[in-house]
Amino acid sequence: MSKFPTISSKVIALNAENVDTDQIIPARFLKVTDKLGLGEQLFCDWRYNSDGSPKPDFMLNKPEMKGRQVLLAGDNFGCGSSREHAPWALVGYGFRAVISTSFADIFKNNSLKNGLLPVIIDKETHAQLFSLIEEDPNTSLSIDLAAQTLTLPDGRAVNFPIDSFSKTCLLNGVDEIGYVLGMHEQIEAYEAAHA
Amino acid sequence: MAKTLFENIWDAHVVAQEPESPAVLYIDLHLIHEVTSPQAFDGLRKRGIKVRRPDRTFGTLDHGIPTTDRSLPIVDELAARQITIMERNCAENGIQLYGIKTGADKQGIVHVIGPELGLTQPGMTIVCGDSHTATHGAFGSLGFGIGTSEVEMVLSTQCLLQRKPKTCNVRIDGALKKGVTAKDIILGIIAKYGVGGGTGLVYEYTGTAIRTMTMEERMTVCNMSIEGGSRAGLIAPDETTFNFVAGREFAPKGAEWDKKLAWWKTLPSDAEAQYDVTYSLDADALEPMITYGTNPGMGMNITERIPDPDKIADLSQRKALEKALSYMGLQPNQQLLGHKVDMVFIGSCTNSRISDLREAAALLKGRKVAEGVRVLVVPGSTPIKKQAEAEGLDQIFRAAGAEWREAGCSACIAMNGDQLEPGQYGISTSNRNFEGRQGKGGRTFLASPLTAAASAVTGVVTDARVLTN
Ligand code: SF4
Repeated sequence: MSKFPTISSKVIALNAENVDTDQIIPARFLKVTDKLGLGEQLFCDWRYNSDGSPKPDFMLNKPEMKGRQVLLAGDNFGCGSSREHAPWALVGYGFRAVISTSFADIFKNNSLKNGLLPVIIDKETHAQLFSLIEEDPNTSLSIDLAAQTLTLPDGRAVNFPIDSFSKTCLLNGVDEIGYVLGMHEQIEAYEAAHA
Repeated sequence: MAKTLFENIWDAHVVAQEPESPAVLYIDLHLIHEVTSPQAFDGLRKRGIKVRRPDRTFGTLDHGIPTTDRSLPIVDELAARQITIMERNCAENGIQLYGIKTGADKQGIVHVIGPELGLTQPGMTIVCGDSHTATHGAFGSLGFGIGTSEVEMVLSTQCLLQRKPKTCNVRIDGALKKGVTAKDIILGIIAKYGVGGGTGLVYEYTGTAIRTMTMEERMTVCNMSIEGGSRAGLIAPDETTFNFVAGREFAPKGAEWDKKLAWWKTLPSDAEAQYDVTYSLDADALEPMITYGTNPGMGMNITERIPDPDKIADLSQRKALEKALSYMGLQPNQQLLGHKVDMVFIGSCTNSRISDLREAAALLKGRKVAEGVRVLVVPGSTPIKKQAEAEGLDQIFRAAGAEWREAGCSACIAMNGDQLEPGQYGISTSNRNFEGRQGKGGRTFLASPLTAAASAVTGVVTDARVLTN
């Protein structure tokens, strides 16, 4: 996995709570056997009409939103199914970070393994961000994983939590499976003791 | 020190724990299915490695598989391709697959067949690339739903990196009234504590209502732990558990059984064990539950009225409810009782076991499905289907006008064509009512098999007690 960069980007705001993985990527797209191309289907049922044409007022379809790497979302983002297709679709679209007050556990795990950073902030800052972006949709934020800070346009930096293991893995592009494969002696010892 | 059931299982499975890092947990049983595993096997191929413990890995075809005649070719090319890839991956790695060509007599929904085969046992760590793995927690085993990267990790190392979750005692005391079921308990918990109430927690369900339940009922409760946001759901093993496991194909036998049983009996939480959080639900007061919205927390007693967004103080909750009601085509303060339904789905890993089918059949016996309502009855596994047929339940369903299908996930996830049409209403015994979950534009009411069967007869949302009294 490539190393996680410092991000500076305008934001796409999606003001909805409990956005579940069936909205992020509906089940009918889970028949793929690779990880590619799912960005096209991200938020499919909110994004396209039934004839496949894009809905012009859905955020992701507005031309000026193209290339934005940060998604600002409501509470408990990513609840529901364990499908890793959800972060694959978000990353496939071009997102590198999602900001919310909380994330569903499995989604958070899956995101960290795919170079998508879940940024957890307090309710107050969260509400401020939404109003900032409502006032100026071109508000730009920067996210520095090493410093664990989200910086607002006025220069104010807000800290966000991340466990040190995931942080190290993201910053250094560590392959978690490789890390555990490297523990084969301990695994063998465990298996021998519990045979 | 006094320990909880969760801690007892966790501590017995830690392979390594480096400071500041998640624990490396040993996984006793890995269940895989066709939808979340292909990319994981690709990962193994890229690394040039094979599955570490094929003997601890079992596969099934359930999510995308048709529930119509399986001797016919699969029409959906993508689904067919996924199935072929699953067959190849299992064959190449020596993994037992319960599918179409192999093990067809034991095929079924992953969380139904694990317990049925005796693969699921107390004290185990169990994972599957599916969020309803908590179902296995009914046996006092720790079941985590994992993503595909984690499937790859478990296939290659038989271990999983996990941060230790906190524990929550979900205490359910009292006795259920007639017509109130295990499904209503879990819908009640989720309505009370919300879809995020369990984030970062492992639920342990305790209390007299849980103790008197059958294993099937316990599985229904644990199944929907994820809908409450919790990482896993557990119930302490007892005689009911041991009796269920004993004699099944993969259950320990002879001296091995005695050894395991002695250990299983040490697993339950100590009386003085401390939990980080405590939740509770009064079983005596519970009524049949139904959901009206687009997440499983938007549920109410079936006789209640839909909440009014104007009375909700929190702005984002108000907006969420407004959005849900607009999607569902429902009004604030409206009753759901009497609301029309187009489809009834009895199935899914929540409620597709023989006891669920018996309950639904008892209600449908001698009655007819209402005009214009489509009823799908989809058993959780092929053995359950056979059992139901041996008992004549299929005849009851057919005579009533319901469709009797082959085992699989079916309309729970609507990947195989069993689904709602846009705008249609369905009453479903499954676990998710998200927008589009049961078909694009489809609207789902979650409820128990009793409520579903009663509504099939009347064609409108119905309190089963009206029909059975
Ligand atoms: S029945 Fe539904 S919830 Fe259960 S495993 Fe299948 S798709 Fe998932």
